[in-house]
Amino acid sequence: MSNLLAVRNLKVTDLRNQAEIIHGVSFELKKNSCLGIVGESGSGKSMTAKAMLGLTNPWLRSQGTAELSNEHGVLDLLQQDESTLRAIRGQRICMILQDAMSAFDPLAKIGSQMSETFIENKGICRSEARSMVLAALQMVNMPEPEQVLKKYSHQLSGGMLQRCMVATALAMKPDIIVADEPTTALDSINQRLVVEEFKLLRQETGTALIFISHDLGVVQHLADQVLVMRSGERVEYGEARSTFKNPQHEYTKYLIDSRLEMSKSFQKAMKRGAASA
Amino acid sequence: MPNLIEIKNIGKSYLKAGRNFRDTKVKVLKGVTFTIEEGLCVGLIGESGSGKSTLTRLILGLEKPDKGNGAILIKGLPVRQWIKANQGKMSVVFQDYTSSINPQYTVRETLEEPMRAMGHKGNLDGKIDVLLDKVSLSLDLKDRYAHELSGGQVQRVCIARAISTNPKFIVLDEAISSLDVSVQTQVLNLLHKLRLDMKMTYLFVAHDLQAVAHLCNKIVFLYRGEVVEEVMSWDLANAQNEYAKSLLASVIPFEV
Repeated sequence: MSNLLAVRNLKVTDLRNQAEIIHGVSFELKKNSCLGIVGESGSGKSMTAKAMLGLTNPWLRSQGTAELSNEHGVLDLLQQDESTLRAIRGQRICMILQDAMSAFDPLAKIGSQMSETFIENKGICRSEARSMVLAALQMVNMPEPEQVLKKYSHQLSGGMLQRCMVATALAMKPDIIVADEPTTALDSINQRLVVEEFKLLRQETGTALIFISHDLGVVQHLADQVLVMRSGERVEYGEARSTFKNPQHEYTKYLIDSRLEMSKSFQKAMKRGAASA
Repeated sequence: MPNLIEIKNIGKSYLKAGRNFRDTKVKVLKGVTFTIEEGLCVGLIGESGSGKSTLTRLILGLEKPDKGNGAILIKGLPVRQWIKANQGKMSVVFQDYTSSINPQYTVRETLEEPMRAMGHKGNLDGKIDVLLDKVSLSLDLKDRYAHELSGGQVQRVCIARAISTNPKFIVLDEAISSLDVSVQTQVLNLLHKLRLDMKMTYLFVAHDLQAVAHLCNKIVFLYRGEVVEEVMSWDLANAQNEYAKSLLASVIPFEV
């Protein structure tokens, strides 16, 4: 299958002090597949995604190529002007930001912000947009969606805002969804639900997914390929299954071990129950 | 084990959003009852909007519960009365570490403040070294500001600040949720060790079941403002409530 997105040797430099933040990261994203990016905070996971979409601060310079292909041809995202990028970000690549609290406008109600996205990018009217918003919110199991529409961002919890953002991206059905820690603020039921929604969307529309997370369990569940990053560098890149089973790099091993240590008690308690039942 | 905190039939409502809001109230907590035993770590788990944060604010005495026959008693005293009589014996660590630390304070000043408030005078350097050592932070960090530290380090400073007054009871409100998994494990292990060393009681509020099971002895499930299940963590698999069961079943495990 052909690559939907091919990022080659992506470098990000801080122009203020000439420091290189991302040191030449390369990866590919095939149609209808999921790439998981894991690593600790400050490893450059989010920066990589943002640089690709032209969402970095003005003092950062991105170099390399990020080729987005479709039936009409190939487009290097890093060479596009702002208005083209804006259209691409709205319709072909959706990004779910990590910090849900600051991603919404505090002065507008959630309902109008979500419908604004649909009106702008899908060219539909206000009432159509409203029913689309309601359907989207129901998809992510939002309690009392009618009430949520009327609220401002500070009246909702982080987890609820995150679900609003996920709902918006899912309803847009873009070519690629870039999800930056979309499930960290959610409890296990809603986490499972959002993850299943991503899976379903992928099956139905072939949307490819770049899933940035430090939760190895979720990444293992979703991703076909995995990219492990540390301090702006690609530490390991390969098939998710083999990477988790047989990590090549010390750092990957360390991440896996700390995760296993934390889930040990839980697994043990559940296994004990399974044995006695 | 004797009870440290008794939460009896607590209710809390907020005003509803939107126009004509004056008359309508949303009940966030509906008769919550459970106990926190001395020396244990009790986990409080529930989905976003289930009332976890509201409950912690009530326990911390930051807000008052609805009038009624409910009460929160610490060692038999109402919360605010107990806090007044036992300054510094209750601490809290919040999820959002960046906004819970004054950006104009160095680590030293951050840690000094609660001790000064408790009436300590003179040079506190020795005490601060001990505190930093307890949370495994390097002593070189003393004169740094919060923005010069990593997230895990700032959260350790918050923990050091919380234990600086030798508290009996600490509320950990999503204290590890903003940290990386590898750092989460380190901080959880640190919290566990501190609790045993200093004979403290924890209320650990979180949404990550695996973390809760790792740290806590008892787990309380909160759903839509009600306690639906109370279970010892080794006995998790025997949870009876449907909601608790589906939470447990939804965990996406990491296996190799």
